[in-house]
Formats: sequence, C-alpha cells, structure tokens
Amino acid sequence: MHLFPEIHQLMRSPLDFAHILDEIPLGILVMDTNLRVVHLNRFFQALTGFSLDMARGIPCRNVLRSSACIINCPVLATHRKNRSISCTSDIINTDRQKLPVRITTAQIMDTQGHFTGYMETIEDLRSSASNDREKNVAYSFANIIGRSQKMETIFQTLPMLAQSDASILITGETGTGKDLVAEAIHQTSGRAGGPFIKINCGALPATLLESEIFGHMKGAFTGAVENKPGRFKLAHNGTIFLTEIGDLPLPLQVKLLTFLDDRIIYPLGATKGFNANVRIIAATHRDLKYMVSIGKFRKDLLFRLNVARVHLPPLRERGEDIRLLLDHFLNHYTKKQGKEINGFSEPALSVLLNYTYEGNIRELRNIMEYAVNVAQSTRIEADNLPAYLLDHEPIQRVSKIPATEAVPIPQSEQLPTFTAPQSAETEQTWSSVERQMIIDALKTSRGKKNKAAQILGMSRSTLWRKIKAYQIE
Amino acid sequence: MTLHKTAIPILGEEIVPRFDLTTEVIILTTAEFSDIQDKKIIVLPRSSPDELCHTLLVQEINTLICGAIEDEYYEFLKWKKIEVFDGVSGNWSHAFKRWQTQTLNSGDIFFTRMIEGRLI
Repeated sequence: MHLFPEIHQLMRSPLDFAHILDEIPLGILVMDTNLRVVHLNRFFQALTGFSLDMARGIPCRNVLRSSACIINCPVLATHRKNRSISCTSDIINTDRQKLPVRITTAQIMDTQGHFTGYMETIEDLRSSASNDREKNVAYSFANIIGRSQKMETIFQTLPMLAQSDASILITGETGTGKDLVAEAIHQTSGRAGGPFIKINCGALPATLLESEIFGHMKGAFTGAVENKPGRFKLAHNGTIFLTEIGDLPLPLQVKLLTFLDDRIIYPLGATKGFNANVRIIAATHRDLKYMVSIGKFRKDLLFRLNVARVHLPPLRERGEDIRLLLDHFLNHYTKKQGKEINGFSEPALSVLLNYTYEGNIRELRNIMEYAVNVAQSTRIEADNLPAYLLDHEPIQRVSKIPATEAVPIPQSEQLPTFTAPQSAETEQTWSSVERQMIIDALKTSRGKKNKAAQILGMSRSTLWRKIKAYQIE
Repeated sequence: MTLHKTAIPILGEEIVPRFDLTTEVIILTTAEFSDIQDKKIIVLPRSSPDELCHTLLVQEINTLICGAIEDEYYEFLKWKKIEVFDGVSGNWSHAFKRWQTQTLNSGDIFFTRMIEGRLI
C-alpha cells in the first residue's frame, strides 16, 4: 500500500502532501472522526516505530500508545472544547522505550467547513526533560556520573564533541555506558530536536540488517511487499547510533563507507538515492585495530568513523567513582521502591568497594537493585549482597589514576590494569566479612550463641565450628 | 496434567494499549494449548507496573499477552520465566485464540482496519 495524497489549488501543480509532512521535524498523525489512523509522517515513525502500513486504519491510541490516550484522550478533549489542546505525556515505542512527549491536537475541516478528522503533533521532549532532571546533579554530564580524573576529562570533551558534527567512535568495555554517552551527545548537540535512532549491528542477520539500515523498495526481494524507509532515512536531520559496529558484516561495511563518502542512501532495489543529513555515532566493545589486522574490519571505515574518539574507562580504573555510583544507585532504587535505606554497613561497603565489577556500571547497578530489594533494615548489610560477590577474591583497583586523555586512546592498549593485592588492613575476603558478621551477631546477642546463630541464619553447630575456625574468643 | 496460565491486561474487550496503565487483567487457565478451564478477572486498585508484575508472579502466570510495555518490565518478566507477547493490540479473545493455535506473535494487530467507516 503506497499512497500519494495531494494538495490542490495551493500552487500551480498539485503538491505531494506526504513529502511536505515528512519534512516537518515533529511527529504528525492524521486521523478520521472515529480516531482511526489515516496518515503519519516520517518523524512519527522514527519516534514510535510504527510505519504507515502498520498503523493505517487502526485506533490511534494503539499506535501512539501515550498515557494521555488512556487517561484523558486529548483528541476527544479537542472535540469537546472545539479548540486545539496541548498536553505533556509519555509514549512507549516499539523498542519498549518510554519517551516524554508534548501532544498537540487540532480538528481538520474540509473546504465546506465540515469537521472531517483530527491532526496530532508529537514533540519529543527527551532533551528538555533530561536536562531539567539532571541540572542539579553534581559530577555529571547528562545522565553520566563520575568525578574521577578520567571522567572529568570526558565531561570536558563531550560538550565540544556534541557541538561539532563529526562522526564519533565510542569504545569501552561492556557496561561502561557507551549508549548513554551517545544519547547525551545527541541531546546536547544541535540535532537534539531531530530523531536519535539506534541500530544494534550485532542483533540481526546480515540480510535483514541491510534492509533495516538502508531500507528497501517494494518487490526488491521475495517478501518485500512494501517500501521500507530504513533507519538512515528515519534518522534524517538527527543522529544514528550504530552500536556493536565491530559486528557489522563486511559487505555492509562497504555500503556504510559509501554513505560516509557521499551521504546518499540507496535502499535495496532503488534507482534513486536519498540525501540523508545524518550524524553517525558508532560504539563497540571490540578492539577495532586488532579486527583490522585480521581482516574482519575495514581499515578505511575505521578511519572514517574515528574522527573523534571517546574511550570510556572500565569501572575498576575509576577509583572514587565507585562510591559515588553506589550512593547514586542506592538513592535511585530506595526512592523507586519506597524503602528507607540510609547507607551501607562497614562489611557491605568493604565488599562493594573491593569488587572488580567486570560487568562495570551495569553490574554495579544490578547489584544495588538486588541489595535494595533484599535489605530489611535501614542499611545494606553484607548478606544483602549477591552471594557471588562474597566468594570473590578482591583485586585492588588503580586508585591513583594518572591524567590521561579521553580521546584518543588506542583500545589495544586498554588492557585491564591489575596490581598487587591490597594491604592486609584493607583486604576483604568473604572469610573476613563472615568473621565480622559473627562478631557483630555475638555482640548483638550478648554472647548467646543460640541467638547469634538465629541472627546469622545458621545452625548452632555451624556457628560453633566457625567460631573455632576463625579463632573468635 | 500441567495447567498453563495466560494473563491479558484488558480494557473492555480490547487489550489495554499500555501495560503500565492496566487496571484489569484477565487470567485464563488451560491445559497447555487446549480449551479454557478457568477464567477470572482481577481488578487492580490502581495502575502500577510494579504491582502488576507482582500480581503476575503471585498468580504464577506462564504467558503474558499485552500492549506496549517498558523494556525494564519486559526483561524482568522474561527473567522470571514468563513468556511475553508484547505490542499486541485489538480484541483480547482473538489474541488468545491465536496463542492457543500457536500462531501469535509480538506486535500482532487484531483490529479490522477502517477509515471513515469503510474497510481498507
């Protein structure tokens, strides 16, 4: 189904209505009087994930999926009050993201003045909403938190990079916040009003990925029953974020390289190109230099993408940021779950500060979510932490990190820096934590072993054995 | 015989477009994909995705058929071993019949497409 609605008598020749709507940097939805979707523009598709073919003829609330649609439909309010209505709300798109939006609705009249339907514009409020919320958070840039020297350098670099229009390559281990940085760059750039489209290059097979990224024309291959604009076209006047770029198949690397050269997209089966004004941000946890050396990544593409580079350090190299992040996520999950937790017990804090966090911030966040869920008192105790943490042998982090540049750092040089174990005073193993827990329990129970065993959730004989083993007097 | 419980957040006869704004859930019990053995509707005191997730866990739901759902809740329910068909819209009984015949997919739309009263 491909429609060519036209506007007559405005200019000498009929105008392409769909093309006009596609050029407007707002999501636009046209509905009939029964609130069935008649038309939508490219920005709306980029925002919600619904194409015209998917949405045409179905009730608008199942396409926009805004909370306003269910709580107090702004379109019906427009009809009741006979005037345009504007409200802020949120939508959930097909990528399962909740986005803040401003919805403005108006009635559509025909040439005779008869009411024939509604038009709705959807403004993406992500940039302004996040700015308001994060304004008061110290040691941060957008949603990224840190006060270590490495992060300070990155915070100084990001606003400059955001203002330029250069391609950016973000590298770093998994869980270091590459997605967050990409979105922060977009939201603080001149393209913040445009779409931010993310593609995971490792999530789809090569054949599907090509049509997903570059689009296809109807009949280009078996099963191509409709035109598909492709993510590059949807990201027009915005930013495209290619995550896991290291997983991009070689043939598509060539096609991406061609785009970076002439900025024209050729959907599969198309004879005419589309001039896409898109900024590219790519990210990977892989060592692209090494991939180039073994022929898995094109050298020329690496050079094209590597105009500016941001390397996100792993958490173990961010020293004091761990405490900052622990407090941040404790605060976040405590509020979210309506609990009253004020801090950490000494043993719990010791375990948390000495853990290596191979999954980086993602792992730290998950640990905190678990701990807040499990905690029964007003402090996070060591036994509220996931068991694997307590079995873990701590490795000392680099606490004094020399000032290094955020851009560029060759990833091949970013091998984990491990140093000798910490001094006996600060080293915390599960044994020492457990010993401390037994002492605490004995203090609470005033030396009564039965009660102490109950507090610790172990049998009296186990407690007796452990007291002997730890030589607790 | 293993019983299978399917939950569908509803709004009248339709699947509610947003999981987090659900106030009514229908729970259908079947022996695997066969006929319905039990049907009950739970009315929630308020719409809250956290409370709804809790209800689904307490009710030992195996499959959830719902509209738009945030990734956080989707991943949580999948982690709790609940099969989730999200982005489904239209009449809930049509969606359930498709689930019974094992032809339901996430994103399925069960509305009759119409514009200005005419089928398209």
